[in-house]
Amino acid sequence: MLEPVNISLEALNLATLMPMLIAIGGGLIILLIDLAKDNLDKSLYVMLTILILLIDLGATAGLTYGATQKGFFDVLLMDGIAVLSQVLVLVASMLFIPLSLTSKRFHEYSYPEFFALFLFMIAGFQFMVSSDNLILIFVGLETASLSLYTLIALHNRSNSFEAAVKYFTMGALAAGFFSMGSAVLYGISGSLELGQIATAISERMNESGVMILILGGAALLLAAFAFKLSLFPFHTWAPDVYEGASAPLAGYMSVVPKVAAFVVSMRIFEMFIELQVHWVQTMVIVLAVITMTITNLMALVQEDVKRMLAYSSISHAGFVMVAIALATDKANTGVFLYYALFMFTNLGAFTMLWVSRHKDRVHHARFDHPYEKFAGMIKIMPMGAVVMALFMLSLAGVPPFSVFWGKIYLMSATVDAGYLWLAIVMGLNSAIAAYYYLKLIVYMFLREPSKDINQETVYYNVSKPLLTILGFAVIVTVASIFMVNPLIEYINTMIQATNFGI
Amino acid sequence: MDSILSILIFFPALAGLLGFVVDKHSAKVYGVAVAAIELLLSLWLWAKFDLSNGGMQFVEKIDIIPQFGISYNIGVDGISLFIVIMAALITLLGIILLRDDTKNMKNMIVSLLFLEMTMVGVFLALDAIVFYLFWELSLVPMLYIIGAWGGPHRVYAAIKFFLYTFAGSLIMLVGLLATAYLYHEATGNWSFSILDWYTLELTQTQQFWIFLAFFAGFAIKVPMFPFHTWLPWAHGQAPTIGSVILAAVLLKMGTYGFVRFSLPILPDASVTFIPFIMALSIIMVIYTAMVAFAQKDMKQVIAYSSVSHMGVIMLGVFAMNAEGLGGSVFLMLSHGIVSGALFMLVGVIYERRGTKLMSEFGGLAASMPVYATIFGVMLMASVGLPLTIGFVGEFLVLLGFYSVSPLGTILAGSTIIIGAVYMLVLYKRSFFGPMTNEKNRDLEDLDRRELTALIPLVMIVVWLGVYPKPILEPIDNSVKVLLTQMEKKAISTETKEAIVISKKEAK
Repeated sequence: MLEPVNISLEALNLATLMPMLIAIGGGLIILLIDLAKDNLDKSLYVMLTILILLIDLGATAGLTYGATQKGFFDVLLMDGIAVLSQVLVLVASMLFIPLSLTSKRFHEYSYPEFFALFLFMIAGFQFMVSSDNLILIFVGLETASLSLYTLIALHNRSNSFEAAVKYFTMGALAAGFFSMGSAVLYGISGSLELGQIATAISERMNESGVMILILGGAALLLAAFAFKLSLFPFHTWAPDVYEGASAPLAGYMSVVPKVAAFVVSMRIFEMFIELQVHWVQTMVIVLAVITMTITNLMALVQEDVKRMLAYSSISHAGFVMVAIALATDKANTGVFLYYALFMFTNLGAFTMLWVSRHKDRVHHARFDHPYEKFAGMIKIMPMGAVVMALFMLSLAGVPPFSVFWGKIYLMSATVDAGYLWLAIVMGLNSAIAAYYYLKLIVYMFLREPSKDINQETVYYNVSKPLLTILGFAVIVTVASIFMVNPLIEYINTMIQATNFGI
Repeated sequence: MDSILSILIFFPALAGLLGFVVDKHSAKVYGVAVAAIELLLSLWLWAKFDLSNGGMQFVEKIDIIPQFGISYNIGVDGISLFIVIMAALITLLGIILLRDDTKNMKNMIVSLLFLEMTMVGVFLALDAIVFYLFWELSLVPMLYIIGAWGGPHRVYAAIKFFLYTFAGSLIMLVGLLATAYLYHEATGNWSFSILDWYTLELTQTQQFWIFLAFFAGFAIKVPMFPFHTWLPWAHGQAPTIGSVILAAVLLKMGTYGFVRFSLPILPDASVTFIPFIMALSIIMVIYTAMVAFAQKDMKQVIAYSSVSHMGVIMLGVFAMNAEGLGGSVFLMLSHGIVSGALFMLVGVIYERRGTKLMSEFGGLAASMPVYATIFGVMLMASVGLPLTIGFVGEFLVLLGFYSVSPLGTILAGSTIIIGAVYMLVLYKRSFFGPMTNEKNRDLEDLDRRELTALIPLVMIVVWLGVYPKPILEPIDNSVKVLLTQMEKKAISTETKEAIVISKKEAK
């Protein structure tokens, strides 16, 4: 007969579950509203979603966090980076969702399910980042990914379906790698909790044959996260998926899933690095260097701005991946600083593409956003051109714009860790990257506009909410110099409240 | 007013922002007015500057990112004071020289004002990151000026200019970060303040590598042989105003970087690298002078001659004594004035004839006597004729470098001879001889606008050529402070011996 299990409510610490419950509850409310009344405008759902996200943000920020703050049968871990990354995810989501209020009607936003799925996805990411249990990480990852596939496919176009299916297939493969890797680690340690796995590995590291298993498990997990972070050689899906997804969603994908995956990578790979499994460190560095270099070179030859931005986001991810290999506090701070700043700039850049998005491809047979479309933009819409140029300069790492501070902080962390050559590689990659960002600036400022382009065609999709989001992005991009210090302080306290590698 | 330096830096930027509102027909007057105010402000700074004090003055410091040791830290000494004044002067005269029918005048004025902010900022920054910030920002308006108003290959030239310098400065950034890290190791604090770094002791190996990283950034900017290939392109395609500012001010950022960063922070490595720098500089002096001789295009001659003279400045910087270093700072100023003026002069004839090829000209002295006279004065100053501004700096540099290497000095001195050859040939072909081309017969001489821009430069050339003391003295004071600092900080005895602060000590 089964023994009755007694668990006190305090030990459950249900508060840790609140953020996810709010997101899921919000999603259900949206579905219920849809059941009760038809033909409601998307603006209602957008505002509801923002409110739900705001409550969620409040609940997250109000959590008691700590390096050993566990909850819900000890599967949730509310440490510093869990709270921090949830805050990042929520802020990025709040920036993203108003972008659906375009002046032109797009298919996907007419379904309330879009918003419900969006909230479920956020809940998935929140589960993923706030656990050290491989099963829960997996559940969170899959919840988020499945919702994301659907969101992409809802953008009713043939290449959106292609993107969704491609992403789904690749995601399934990654899920396979993840579960196999977890199984190997379970085989070594008899546990799925990272803390216990770490203890077991450090005890058994010197037994014969165990090292092979550790390496195998690490390699499988690395492959899984290389898919999710689109690291070489598992990056090939990313440009197609970005191209197929709507522009804001592509921008969102270049930030939020990456942040979540980086948090889990920190937990898993920095554990291996702390345990002196040098092979993992070497592999991560190699992957990071190859990723940023190869994708930089690929971005050089793109004819479409969106594909260029897709490759460039991959390159940025490779740049940040270096921090995982360093596994120092400063490097971890750098990851969050980088993404906190990159988020605004990159979402801004994708929003600019969204502003000029047409239903049909009016400029090019194959691409939505060929460079030619932006030719001579300074003459057609000077403000738009200046704003886009700001984003490009920021992405290229020109000071004092936002991404520069992330870059310099990560490079500084690299220098501190003694990897001078790596810092130089990172610097040279930024120089290569400057070329393709400049290419767009050259098109916008120095080329003559083609005849059939006027303000109407470029400002096609603009609306007040879009301009508001652009405004936020510009302010953060330009005035980031004043935000870096409080950001670093906040991120630092959060990093201090986290145990890495245990 | 203690915040005069901040005003100097941000006044043009603010004016540039407001300039977007000014009507495009009034834009030029607006630009002239703002640049004139900026020049007056910089002259006021000179008036308030304590000339006998060689250290940093008017220092301002506000923490921006204390977590990472970055602060807004600016100050001025005798070395930077005059470069800032020169930058303000050249910007003003450059704007005056702009033709009224320049297309997109408003954008031009706004870019120039932003450029002025970055130029002043670079020379006043005492924090490495603030320095780097202005350094990189200066690329953006210049990219636009070359790319929007340049010649047929302007886009290529602009991108080449941007990427070349951007790549170099990112390596320099790694060097800056490494220095900050070593400072953190030594003291436990994060700081990017150059004044803090002056007190930092580094081993020979550390200095060696950091020197190389700095070198990548500065040498490309100077531009030192063999990193000079972007410059002829940039000059060849840039509009007159672009070339003027590029040659007069932007190139000085590189040599100024060596003076402000490499020498005092890395004294031992600087001395170790003297032979290397000397070799490159001498190649630069002689090789580019010969290339200049082979050019058919007037502007290219002046572009290469400007590179050639930058080599002499580099020699002076690495002479490690007060004469050489002070002379090279003076030469930076005179090079700015003279090469700026020469590019303006080429621009003048290009506007009239639409060509810069020497073969198209001949006998210009007859149709444009005033133009020919001013050109002649500037040419003499460029060659280094006594009683012109060019002579003072060049003489001091060669004098200073003689104690380092007599042979190097003789080789570098050949610049005066080769320079005289190609400059006089240019002058002979264009201004004397029979007027072979009928188009040249009815050319108008300089008008009021051009004279307003050029006469002040002529006056400065003669004034400072005859009586350079008011400028040389403050420079000398600051240079001595810098050298004393270097000597105090140097760890090896060879370095201490190589650094000669004053003549007396050498004996």
